[in-house]
Formats: sequence, C-alpha cells, structure tokens
Amino acid sequence: MTTARAVVAIGSLLVATTVAPTLLGGCTTQGMGTSTVSMAQPAPRARTTTGATSYTPVTDQRLVSPEAENWLMYRRTYDGWGYSPLEQINTGNVKDLVPVWTFSTGVAEGHQAPPIVNNGIMFVSTPQNQVLALDAKSGELLWRYKRELPEDLFQLHPTNRGVGLYEDKVYLATLDAHVVALDAKTGKLLWDRTVEDYKKGYYMTLAPLVAKGKVMVGVSGGELGIRGFVQALDARTGQPAWKTFTVPAPGEPGSETWKGDSWKTGGASVWITGSFDPQLNLTYWGTGNGAQWMGDQRPGDNLYSTSVIALDADTGKMRAFHQYHWNDSWDWDEVSAPILMDPGRNGYLWVLERKADAIGFVDAKPYVKQTVFTKLDPRTGRPEYDETKKPVTNKKIPFCPSLWGGKDWPPAAYNPKTGYLYIPSNENLCGSLLGTAKPYEEGKLWLGTEIKDIGMVVADGSKHIGEIQAWDMNTGQKVWMRTFESHNWGPILTTGSGLVFAGGTNDRYFRAFDGKTGEPLWQWRTNSGITGVPSSFAVDGVQYVAVQSGWGVDAQRMQGALDDIRGAKTDVPQGGVIWVFAVKR
Amino acid sequence: MFAGFERIGHVITPGDVPAGKPPLLAYPIDPSSRVVRDGSRLNQVLLVRLAVEELDEDTRARSADGVVAYSGVCTHTGCDVTVWQAETRRFRCPCHESEFDPRDRGRVVGGPAPRRLPQLPVKVVDGVIVADGAFIGRPGFQPG
Repeated sequence: MTTARAVVAIGSLLVATTVAPTLLGGCTTQGMGTSTVSMAQPAPRARTTTGATSYTPVTDQRLVSPEAENWLMYRRTYDGWGYSPLEQINTGNVKDLVPVWTFSTGVAEGHQAPPIVNNGIMFVSTPQNQVLALDAKSGELLWRYKRELPEDLFQLHPTNRGVGLYEDKVYLATLDAHVVALDAKTGKLLWDRTVEDYKKGYYMTLAPLVAKGKVMVGVSGGELGIRGFVQALDARTGQPAWKTFTVPAPGEPGSETWKGDSWKTGGASVWITGSFDPQLNLTYWGTGNGAQWMGDQRPGDNLYSTSVIALDADTGKMRAFHQYHWNDSWDWDEVSAPILMDPGRNGYLWVLERKADAIGFVDAKPYVKQTVFTKLDPRTGRPEYDETKKPVTNKKIPFCPSLWGGKDWPPAAYNPKTGYLYIPSNENLCGSLLGTAKPYEEGKLWLGTEIKDIGMVVADGSKHIGEIQAWDMNTGQKVWMRTFESHNWGPILTTGSGLVFAGGTNDRYFRAFDGKTGEPLWQWRTNSGITGVPSSFAVDGVQYVAVQSGWGVDAQRMQGALDDIRGAKTDVPQGGVIWVFAVKR
Repeated sequence: MFAGFERIGHVITPGDVPAGKPPLLAYPIDPSSRVVRDGSRLNQVLLVRLAVEELDEDTRARSADGVVAYSGVCTHTGCDVTVWQAETRRFRCPCHESEFDPRDRGRVVGGPAPRRLPQLPVKVVDGVIVADGAFIGRPGFQPG
C-alpha cells in the first residue's frame, strides 16, 4: 500500500477510540496551564491509617472516557496510547520538575507497574505481588496488600505490570497464576481465583484488562511449555466468564498449523494487557513465542503465536487475527500489539487496520536492523524469511535483532497532538541460537536451546544501543531519534503539552524530552534503573508525573549479556522506589 | 530423613557422579519406605564431583570423596539451577544469571542472588550417596 493510503487507514482505525477527555474535578485545561505546585507540605487528604475514607467507583463510562486528571488503567486508556492530556507541565517549565514525595517499596527486582490514580488515590503493584495504596498528593500509605507466594514458585520474571480498577475493587494478576480482588478503600481480600496451576509453569505478570463487568487476564509461561490463553472473570464474583486458548486444539480453526501433539505445549502466552475497542466490542491481545523456541521442532505456522488476536469482550470468541511472523524461531514475542500501530519485537513497525471481523494489513517497515525478513506480502503482510537466519536444531544461526528484539515489552506511546509514535528501542544488537531437542518436562524451563547457546553480539564500531525513536504516523517517517550508550528498557509516557517521559537506561536517569523535536529538557537521577511505566495525573489542580524506579528482570539480563561481551561488571543498584514529581514554584 | 538420591529410577552411587561431568539433578529417596521425595521442587539436589584439594575446609567436611551436594533451587527467585560452567566450576541459574561456587559452600559469585546455595552434607554408606544431615540453610527463595 502507498503511504497516503496508510495515512487514511491509520486515521480511520484510530478515530473510534479518540475520545475527547472530559475534564472533571475542578481541573480545567486553563487552570492546569497556570498553577504550579507549592513546595510547602500539602494538606493531608481525607483518610484514616487503615484506608481511604472516600473512593470514587470506577465505571465503564469512566474507563472509556477518563477524566484528564486520572490514570485508571495500564496505559491510561483502552487504546493503549500511554497519553495523558494534561498540559500544566510543559516544555517551558519541565526544567523545574522536582520530587514531591518518594516511597520505598521494600522489595527488589523489576518494578514495571504504572502508578494508577483514581481521584487522588494511587495504586502501585510491585514485584512479589504487593499492592500499595497511597494518597497521591501526600504520599501517605493508605493500605498495603502482600501476597503470600508459594515457596516453590519458579519466578522467571519477578515483576508485575499493574493493577486493574472497577467499581470499588482493585484487581491483581499474580505470579502463582491467580487473580485477586481487593477492596479499594481498605485493601481487604474480597476474592481469590485460581486461573491455572503454577506448578505447570503458568504465571501472570500483566495488569488485568477490565471492561463491561469482566476482568480479563492472560498467562505467561512460553519458556516453560504452557498452552496460552486469555481468561475472563466476573468482576464482582471472580466466577469464570470465558476462556479462549491462543493455541487451537485439534479440529478448531488454525489447528492445521500444528503437527501431532505440539499444540499441547505450544506457548503463545499473553503477558501484556490487551486493548479494547468499545465500539467494536473487541479486545486485542498480543501473543508470545511458540514453545519451545525452535520452529523446526513444531512445524507449521503455529497459529496464534506471535500474533494479535481480537476477542469479543462478552464471549471471548475470536473474531480476527493477524500473525506478524509464522513459525517463530527467535523468541520474538509480539505481546505489545494492542495500539495497532505496533513496533514489533521482530524489529518491524506494523500498521494494521481494525474492523469488526478482520485485522487488515496496511504497512510495515523495519525500525531497527532486521536480517530475517526478505520481503512482506503486500496484501497480507506475511513475511518471507532468509532461511539462513532462522534458528534450527543442532546448528548455530545468527540473526538481527537479538532475541530481545527491536523492542521488548516496554510500551511505545502515541501522542494525538504531535501525531507521533514514540518507540523505546535497542539497536546494534544481534543474536544467535543453537537449537537442541529436549523432551518437555512439566514446570521446567523448555527453551529448545541451552543457555550457553544463546548468543549476543554488539555491532562493530557502534556508539549506542538504547534509542527513543519518534515516527510521524501521518507520513510514516521517522522524525527524530535520541540515542543512549546504555540499552533502553524504558516504557514511554507522552502528554498533552507535547512532552515525552522515559527512563530505561542503566545510569538511573528519568528524562523528559520535547516530543516535537526530541530535545532533552530535564533529567533526574533516581535510586535505581527505571523500567516502570510512567503515568501522569492531577490532584487539586496540580499536575504530577509518577514512575517506579527499580531495575531487574530482562534489563538486568541484557546488562549481564553486555557485560559478558565487554568483560565488564556493571552494578545497577536494585530496590524499588515510587517517585512523584511536580513543577517547583 | 534423606538417605540416598534417585534419578531416572535408580539410587545414585559415587560412580554415577564421575569427575569432569556436569552435575546430576536428583531427588532424595526415603530408605525405609523407598518413597522418592519429589513432591516439592525444593527437594531437588545437585550432585557434582570436584577435586578434593579445591574444596574449602567446611565444604570438604560435608563432601564424600569429592562429591558435593547442593540445593538445586536458586535463592534469588526460585528457578532451577541448571547451568554448569565447567571451566570455572560454577553453578549458574538460567533465569537471572546468579552464580554459585560449589567449592566454597555455595557462595554467591555473581548475579542477584542474596545468599548462598544451601549445601547438603553427604557421605557414602553401603556404596550409595546418602544425606548426612539437613541442608545448611533454607532451600529456595525467601518469599515476600
């Protein structure tokens, strides 16, 4: 398709969810533009030491059209943009951003969840499945929930990516594959539902998607030979509502893309929150790698691995899908598909069109060096592979980008005002895999390769690895790029004033950029490296930017791989802290 | 009490753990009931033979003819410790790259693990390797 046609398609597919924010709670755009925070101690909000005294229930209406001052879900809105319309903090005053309060979470490892805010009450999840409820303005702790995790849990990804809110409840998907509902005012456990058996390698790290009275979650475990699915529970009772597997059983549509019993351990995990189109009543989920990693041991396209799938919100019925690449052999999970302008882990930026019964291919182009795809079918987007770059059993195969992809899970952000998509990417890293055939064992790591045979190389003469790329979605062109010597695992926030916020580097900085030009405007050195999703909110007319700092999981793993290559030892301190910033008067 | 270790259906003898080979992953077997104690991952044990002169004094006291036994569950976040680095003679966890030195009581020598891999004292009785007491320290990670 031509670029011009793509522009039309992008516009048409986004218009359905471009909902003008309703400004409530005395937080008008004008007021937001003029007031600044006083550094005097803010007056404590109404609360008791055992919880919040008042709470605004979260309705479907508020989730579809959140007030500007609130951040009610993983990426704030169902379209997955990571965009706050607030504009009090702007390119002129962002240089005066200072911490207002901080809070130590008390745990180590990867702090990836956004601070989620509902009318002045903040909910933050941490590794080890802790949920903190805080007064968003003062930092006062309202309640704390700590899950007692099983002693024999196998935590490949010790993290959590946020809570879901609905009515007066807070939902958490746990590492031992449960969903729990907590009372938003007190943190009291209301129900606890087992989704799968953690001893079989199932676990959950994603923030639940909550819509129309249902809590929807997906399972991780693509490195332990699980069979992926999305599960919906009744938000009030926790009763199962529907369950849709991402790997079809024999006889189901798509089952012809699997041979023998390979579907039983086929992977296609769903480990990032889906998006939702209320008009089409469809939820969109990205799916992970096939299991184990070597495609030649599970011949076929392996639907619906490395795909985006559209599931009916009421029934779970699959209405449409698009597979980014078939017979995955690179561990390129395509989990962050849902904004439907998807910078894929496979190194291509995909533009897709969503309709009631189809996901149409519009355009795709590489945003990092990609040596695997030789061409894409112009109609379907199905890639052809350079077979010498496709990992197989018993042979070492090099490919670019590395198995962590052009980007991994950290979400890109879209700003409707600049029209730009901001991508946290890693360049100049290639990988290699040597496949081995090993029998599946329940609950055990099952990669199809030995750890020592997972290779990574840094391109000769390269000066950087981490990047933030800005792409103009109206022209389909990259408009600016910032580079970092460090790798970058920083999720992105963008705001109505055209700012871009992100951390992600091993030097512990949290940064702000001019979203139009990429010019760095502000930075603050935090306690640890930032791989948390930043959010923005307002209380009493003051805009805040919040983020968790707490390095770990894959950012640390990639650091270890880079250190091995360079013979270095980089010590990025661990331990989580919630940071909340505002403009100093 | 543990007395002997089983893997793939037979009780492990010192001959099953030859020098220069990667570790064996084993579960304990009860000597009287013959029940294999594999109900919990926390019971899995790594057995490897090292040069006796390389072992530190405490490690050697808990070894049998150079065979040392350690918990097979990482103290960081509970993954199976499945990687053997033959050249440095270290255990490595595949999840987050913690490394442990089996010649020095399972000491952490790399990665995020907060404490050593618990050693299990062993001896040879009637030609099989048996546990000679409990793990030195608690196997697995410390939940929240």
